[in-house]
Amino acid sequence: MTDRETLLEVRNLKKHFKIGRKSIVKAVDDVSFDVFRGETFGLVGESGCGKTTCGKTILGLHKPTGGEVIYDGMDVHALDSDRKKDFTKIAQIVFQDPYSSLDPRMTVGDIIGEGMDIHHLCKDKGEREERVFDLLQTVGLNREHINRFPHEFSGGQRQRIGIARALAVEPEFIVCDEPISALDVSIQAQIVNLLMQLQREKQLTYLFITHNLAMIKYISDRVGVMYLGNLVELAGSKQLYEMPYHPYTQGLLSSVPVPDPRIERRKETAPLRGEIPTSINPPPGCRFASRCDYAREVCYEVMPPLIEIEDEHFVACHLMASP
Amino acid sequence: MKNNILLEVRNLHISFSTYAGTVQAVRGVDFSLNVGETLAIVGESGCGKTVTVKSIVRLLPQDVAKIHGDNVGITLDGEDLLSLEEVEMSRVRGKRIAMIFQDPMTSLNPTMKIGDQIGEVLLIHKNVSKKEARLQALELLQMVNIPNAEQRIDQYPFEFSGGMLQRVMIATAIACDPEILIADEPTTALDVTIQAQIIELIKNLQRERDMGVILVTHDLGVVASMADRIHVMYAGQIVERGTADEIFYSPKHPYTLALLKSVPKLTEDKQEPLYSLIGTPPDLINPPHGCSFAPRCEFAMKICRIAEPSPTLFGGYHESCCWLHHPKANKSGVPEILLREVV
Repeated sequence: MTDRETLLEVRNLKKHFKIGRKSIVKAVDDVSFDVFRGETFGLVGESGCGKTTCGKTILGLHKPTGGEVIYDGMDVHALDSDRKKDFTKIAQIVFQDPYSSLDPRMTVGDIIGEGMDIHHLCKDKGEREERVFDLLQTVGLNREHINRFPHEFSGGQRQRIGIARALAVEPEFIVCDEPISALDVSIQAQIVNLLMQLQREKQLTYLFITHNLAMIKYISDRVGVMYLGNLVELAGSKQLYEMPYHPYTQGLLSSVPVPDPRIERRKETAPLRGEIPTSINPPPGCRFASRCDYAREVCYEVMPPLIEIEDEHFVACHLMASP
Repeated sequence: MKNNILLEVRNLHISFSTYAGTVQAVRGVDFSLNVGETLAIVGESGCGKTVTVKSIVRLLPQDVAKIHGDNVGITLDGEDLLSLEEVEMSRVRGKRIAMIFQDPMTSLNPTMKIGDQIGEVLLIHKNVSKKEARLQALELLQMVNIPNAEQRIDQYPFEFSGGMLQRVMIATAIACDPEILIADEPTTALDVTIQAQIIELIKNLQRERDMGVILVTHDLGVVASMADRIHVMYAGQIVERGTADEIFYSPKHPYTLALLKSVPKLTEDKQEPLYSLIGTPPDLINPPHGCSFAPRCEFAMKICRIAEPSPTLFGGYHESCCWLHHPKANKSGVPEILLREVV
């Protein structure tokens, strides 16, 4: 793992939303991480932790409040309009909800072909059609589907269309924003296998956002855990699951019911108490302090920095900094 | 050994008339629920699990949903629920059998205070005064661990989070001390840490009150943590039933095995492709001939597409409807776990 190349650098990224006169939602607050070329970086957390906002800000779909996103040497948020267009060819997104993310009035062929038209990837109509056929086949759909509309498809098939749409411009980086959470278990496996196969064939880099902890362990090389706009832990997926350090990560992992009755019966850990507080005007200090069993005075006052406590294993917790 | 049957469902068929034709959503479902046990019905969307449990409390739209079948019956403690008049049924619903739903945000009345919604159940089913109902509602809110219950009781649903609303739903459901609690995907809309809390709550309440719980879900993790017995549903039929251990460690139906294999486990490392079922569930307007799983089954034989398999018993009540267990079936290439004798 020494000759890896950093593809994406997220540096102190902040995205705050103003609501009303005085309230600020700190959806993403000072998040930094790197994504290496060819890997799958998983971003995991509960609803409202800022993982989707983070993904969208990285792609330039939101303007950041602070910090920067460097993709392959270029600052994503400082591009002029031409370069920005180029960037949309390099980086794509697959959305969570396959029902609302496809235009109901466009045919599948046009949904997939639109990106190719914008980037002038095809010489003529015939070539465009050929490429759409190829893409449909790549994602496991048929040629006949080209003239149909999204409502004629099931959730899993729509997600395949969404993937084909993202692939159409031959990107190298794809943000997968909960691409499987709206799908049934057996269909989830189909989509995940498809994404992994495409990654191998096309050397894609994924930023995979999900709340499904078992799935993210399965597909990711490295995982970042988010809580209320902060990255609280970051490690290789195996390391993270075997040895979580942050109390939130520990609570999160033990909350997942395992499909194995014997393990479940033996489980004695109490579930994490309380609920995620609101991210409107959050108090200073560690965001997790209000739910943490180990919280001390310092936790309520100072935000703990993300520090490397083991090789490639980063944790933001005062307990780890000064035991 | 608890073995007193509380609820029995016999040969239940439910069809819906739609403009496209008659959808045979449930096609011959049998099961029984014992006192104090948790019975899970597992299956993917559209397999008929929700329709099945809704029919128990008669919550299906009566104009389009038709319940039929030879000798069809839903009996609660010996009393046939299907033959009850609506007035009599309303005395069972909410009082003896209560139900909580998947989406707590839309299942509560947004214009009523939380306390009034819980109190309403008590006012209807129990002979209590308004004051008494409010007091009991408060107790119930505390019982389901709502912090600051005294203030919360006068708030509206929009002031609650999803997890808190599910607690309110549970409080409403247990208000009349029901014998049966039907939980239809109770944690699907919730985050994992909240899910763990709700599961814990339901388990504790069940233990304290000796309630029978029917749990409907597609999440095998939730099933593993709660269920005593499991029924696996596919395309409107129960394809396999057994205790939690039998289903998880010794599945006898290819569909059950596929479901189990297609979820990654936290305890396993990244391996090469996840097992995935090909295709999608069949259209229930024209269900396929023979076994409804045959078109997606990698072990399907000729017979599977012609005739419906009858259940094979593996001891106890572990049963699977699959032709593979027929003595004449060609068993080459079939995973050992499906065929293994159960000890």
